[in-house]
Amino acid sequence: MGNFKLPRLLLAGLIFFIIVMILSPDMTGALNGYFMVIIERSLIFVILAISLNLINGITGQFSLGHMGFAAVGAYVSGTFTSIWFKLNPHTLSHYPVFMICIVIGGLGAAVVGFLIGFPSLRLKGDYLAIVTLGFGEIIRTILNNIDYVGGPRGLLGIPMFSKFPIIMLFAFLTVVILRNLVQSSHGRAMLSIRENELASELCGVDTVRYKVMGFVIGAFFAGIAGGLLAHLLTLAHPTQYGFLPSALVLIMVYAGGMGSLTGSVLAAFTLTFLTEGLRVGIDALPEFTIASQTYKIGTEWTMVIYAILLILIMLFKTEGIMGMRESRILIIEEKK
Amino acid sequence: MSALLSIQGMSHYFGGLKAVSNFTFDVPEGVIYGLIGPNGSGKTTTFNLITGIYTPTEGKVLFEGRDITGQKPFRIVQGGVARTFQNLRIFGNLSVIDNIRVARHFTVKSGLFTSLLRLPSFKQEEEVVREEAMQLIKMMHLEDRAFDQAKNLPYGALRRLEIARALATKPKLVLLDEPAAGMNPKETDDLMGLIRQVRDDFKVTVFLIEHHMKLVMNVCERVKVIDFGETIA
Ligand SMILES: Nc1ncnc2c1ncn2[C@@H]1O[C@H](COP(=O)(O)OP(=O)(O)O)[C@@H](O)[C@H]1O
Ligand SMILES: [Mg+2]
Repeated sequence: MGNFKLPRLLLAGLIFFIIVMILSPDMTGALNGYFMVIIERSLIFVILAISLNLINGITGQFSLGHMGFAAVGAYVSGTFTSIWFKLNPHTLSHYPVFMICIVIGGLGAAVVGFLIGFPSLRLKGDYLAIVTLGFGEIIRTILNNIDYVGGPRGLLGIPMFSKFPIIMLFAFLTVVILRNLVQSSHGRAMLSIRENELASELCGVDTVRYKVMGFVIGAFFAGIAGGLLAHLLTLAHPTQYGFLPSALVLIMVYAGGMGSLTGSVLAAFTLTFLTEGLRVGIDALPEFTIASQTYKIGTEWTMVIYAILLILIMLFKTEGIMGMRESRILIIEEKK
Repeated sequence: MSALLSIQGMSHYFGGLKAVSNFTFDVPEGVIYGLIGPNGSGKTTTFNLITGIYTPTEGKVLFEGRDITGQKPFRIVQGGVARTFQNLRIFGNLSVIDNIRVARHFTVKSGLFTSLLRLPSFKQEEEVVREEAMQLIKMMHLEDRAFDQAKNLPYGALRRLEIARALATKPKLVLLDEPAAGMNPKETDDLMGLIRQVRDDFKVTVFLIEHHMKLVMNVCERVKVIDFGETIA
């Protein structure tokens, strides 16, 4: 017993958690509330990016509507906490209920993921890309038209439950679970599909089953992330989940490295901070006048910058930050 | 009735091209069986038909007396038929040992949740899988490269890795599609020894395709010759 060692990943998570807690406004206040929100957003995007990486990077499929599942998670969990249970973030005993609602939101997203994934993944070809692209738009239209959840105004008054420790816990568990998945026989089956689908089938892998499994698990975690985001922003709005936000998550996966969970974690942080930086930067740009018309560059230009970034990544076939490598923190040692 | 694999009146067309014409033959259990014929004579197509990649236009495939015609490839593999490919299909970004472990995954009992939580039963089973994979790696003389990415291995080693991967599915019948393709004479000689060893150690039936007469004549106990989709001998 004497030589018990804290697993590296747990240690890394704890160190990050403690440092942020010490710097947070509640303790030393070195980080202001605005900074904390960016860190919290980054952690939510960690969940989104690694769960999309499971689908696109590890199983080798191509999903374009990841935020659609976040929408399902946000609206389902938001409906439970705000309309049905009327939970209050100042009551400590409501937190476990809140966490169950988040998981229910994830399960809702997983069910939708199955309904979309099963028919399109059975077919050979790029049906998944087309279907998921349409799905993102369909879900927006549906949400716009359901008055019960606010219609085009969005679902307002969602209680502010997504405190840093809670988001940290969910993000950490997602990383652990997906790491364990990849380093198991089920994960190896998924990886083999990416590597060579025919050979995978001829190693006895039920490729349709594993593609659907990867997709549904990815949708589940996207739903979790969507729920956390809604309870951080205290609202869920149909426009938050369209194609552009999905593209941002996709860029994170590419920029981090397809198939590398480590890369997705790093890219989620980098690009969330960059997005904020660009937003502040563009906002600060002066208005300019051409031919007596005044122009102001809007923050929607951040997406243009990202689109260019994505094209550059594809053009130069860069492998992203990590390629397919993992940090040692995310590898379960095997004796050699 | 002792035929492990029985092909009955099997034909296959690609559009108007008749790639396989009315094949009928039995592969008895325990032999090393050879199918030879020039390029384009329908050998690989025959393997694709047996393993379910294509469904024959006409005829049947029986394995252990069961009709497996038209079944999905993964079911046929799980039923005991494994194969290698003429043009290597390696999982290049995975390690050598993981290439082999993929082929072992459907015999693993640990469910998704047991695996995600890394429960003790999962770890025990992983240990068994690992041991067995290591044995195959040693048999194929790949132990120095066990944890390297497969794509970095030399060509001859990749051919052996594909055979190891096929054996990891615990097959009764192994189909080898031109196993000596691209090998030099020394490597080909070693390969012949290896094929015999595989048959003897794993008690499997070997069915191989070649267009090199020498290998087939040396190692095969039964030989069938085809040309342009037609049976010659
Ligand atoms: N998927 C396919 N589509 C069309 N024609 C094919 C296909 N696969 C093989 N063929 C044709 O079938 C014939 C037999 O091919 P193949 O079985 O690969 O021959 P072998 O393995 O004996 O060299 C060839 O004429 C080849 O061009
Ligand atoms: Mg061939």
